[in-house]
Amino acid sequence: MFISSQSSAPSFRDFTLVMPAVAVGNVGQLAVDLIVSTLNMSRVGHIHTDCLIPMAGNNPYASSKEDGEELHTPAEVYAAAELKLAVLQIRAPILQSKTKKFRQLLVSWIKSSGFSRTVVLSSSHAYQRDDQQLQGTPLRYLVTPSLLKGSADALKELGWREMERVPAFPGLTDGNTEPRLCIPGGGITKGLYTDSCKEDLPLAVLLLFCSEGDNIPDAFTLANHLNDWLHLLDDNSKQPNKWKIPTSWSLLFGNGIPPALF
Amino acid sequence: MATFFGEVLSVYSRAVEEDDDELDEIEEDEQIRRELEEKRQKFMLHLQELLIYGNLEVHLHWSPEVSESLKSGNKLQCSDFILAVGQNASSFLSVHILSTPNWDTIGRASVWNERSRAVTGQSCEESACVFYRHKDNPTVLICQVSCYVAEDQLFQWTEKVFDCLQLRELNVTVLSDTSVADYKTADYLGGSSAPFLRSLHTSAFGDQPVCQSLEQPNIVTGLAAAVLNHCQVHRIAAVVYQCYSDVIGPDSVTMETYKPVLTKLGRSIQLDPSPSTDALRKFVRTTDLQSNLYI
Repeated sequence: MFISSQSSAPSFRDFTLVMPAVAVGNVGQLAVDLIVSTLNMSRVGHIHTDCLIPMAGNNPYASSKEDGEELHTPAEVYAAAELKLAVLQIRAPILQSKTKKFRQLLVSWIKSSGFSRTVVLSSSHAYQRDDQQLQGTPLRYLVTPSLLKGSADALKELGWREMERVPAFPGLTDGNTEPRLCIPGGGITKGLYTDSCKEDLPLAVLLLFCSEGDNIPDAFTLANHLNDWLHLLDDNSKQPNKWKIPTSWSLLFGNGIPPALF
Repeated sequence: MATFFGEVLSVYSRAVEEDDDELDEIEEDEQIRRELEEKRQKFMLHLQELLIYGNLEVHLHWSPEVSESLKSGNKLQCSDFILAVGQNASSFLSVHILSTPNWDTIGRASVWNERSRAVTGQSCEESACVFYRHKDNPTVLICQVSCYVAEDQLFQWTEKVFDCLQLRELNVTVLSDTSVADYKTADYLGGSSAPFLRSLHTSAFGDQPVCQSLEQPNIVTGLAAAVLNHCQVHRIAAVVYQCYSDVIGPDSVTMETYKPVLTKLGRSIQLDPSPSTDALRKFVRTTDLQSNLYI
C-alpha cells in the first residue's frame, strides 16, 4: 500500500503516472531513473508491500554529499507538482507467487489516487519478434479504450505503431487461432494492461523490443519516445543527451580491474 | 536465440522470469505451487504439532509469560532491538554480549523453507532464530538469525516480529554478514581490505553511525533490507552495519570487525569488550569439510 513519506498525504488527482514494468533488460526501470534524475523529482511516498523482494540502499539520485545518505526502498513514488507528474519506481523483482496480487494492488492504487492517465514503460524479448515485427521501429504502444478516447489524435500524429496481436499457434491454420496479445519478457505488462481494460482505467503501455545486455541506449530510446508524447523536458535544448544519468548507474558491469592483471 | 554456429540457445532475462502471463499455463503453475505449499504445510504440522495460523512458514514461539502478555494486547516494551543476521554477526553478539549472565531466552522463530535441514521428531536443539531479553533492562531485546530466510518470507518475518514490539522510541541496530564479492567499487579491492563495515540508516535515525555509509551503487538485501524497509516506512530509527568479508563461515577476524558497534551498544547494556580466547574458540569452529575432493 502507499505510505506517504511526508507529513500529509499528497494529492495525485489529475496527475499523469509513469511507471515501469520489471521486464527484459530492465529498460522501463532505467528509463524511469532517467526521468526522476533529470527532472530532479522529490520522493513523496513508498509502496510498502510483500510482493517485492526487499532491498535498501542510499539515495540513487544523489547529486552531492548532503542528500547522499537517504534510505530508499524497492518501490517509491516521486512527484513533480508543476508538471502534474508522478512517477513510481520499482527497484526489485516481483515475487513469482505474488504477481497477481501486485497487479491488483497497483490497479486499486491507481484508481483511488485519481490519476488522469497511467503510462507503463516496458520491454519485450527482441528474439521473439515475428517477421513483420523485425522491420521498422522496435517501439510499440498499447492503449486502453478509456485512454484512447482522449489521446487518439495525439497518438495518430506521433505515428506510433500499435503492438500487434499474434496468432496463438503460429503455423496452425485450423482451430482457435484468434490473434491475441503476447508480450514475452514483459513481466506484468500484459496482465496490467488487460486488468486496466477490464477496470476501464486510462492506461498506455510503451514498450521496446530489446535483449539483455547494455540496456542504457534502450533506456534513452524509450525515455525520448515518452518525451515525444508527454513533453516532460523543455524543447529548447535540441542536444541528444538531455537526460541526466543518476549516480547509481555506475559499475553496472562489475568492479574496477585489478592492475596486477596486466 | 540463434548463435553464429547455428545452434539455438534459450535466452534468460536477468530481469524477468519467463511466461508468467499466460492464463492457460497459469493453472498448471498454480497447481504446482499449491502442491508445494501443501507439502510445506504438512511438514510444519508434523514438526511442530501446532495450531494452524494464517501462514505456517514463519512462526514465532514466545515464552509463556510473553505469550500471555501479547495475548492480552500488551506489546513487548522495547527501547533497543539488536538483530544479528548471519553466523559472524550472531557469534559476535554471543561472545561480547550474550556471554554476560543477564539474558533470558524469551522466544524463537521457526522458518521453514527449502534450505531447512530435514529434522525428524522434535525441532533442532539449536534453533536458528532466537530472541533474548536483558534481565535488568527488559527493554533491550536481541535476536540472532543464523538460518536462511527465503525471499518470500522476509517481509512476513519482519512484520510478525515488529508487530510484537512497542514502537515508540525504538532504536534498531542490525548487524549483517555478507560477502565482499557483492561489494562494488571502482578501485580494485586488494585482499587486504576485507573485512570492513559499511552502514545504512533510516531517516528517523538521529545518531552517528560508527562507520562509513554504503556508497553507490551498493545495496543491502535480505533480512537487513526487510527490516530497514519496515523501519523507514514506519519512521523507526534503525541502522544496519553490513560487514563485507572474504571468508565464508564463522571467522574471528570478521567477527572483530563489528567491534566499533560496541561503543554504541555499550550505552544501554553491559558487555564484554575483550572476551577470552576460549569464548572465541567456542564460536569459531573450523568449517566443516563438505567434500574432500579438492584437498
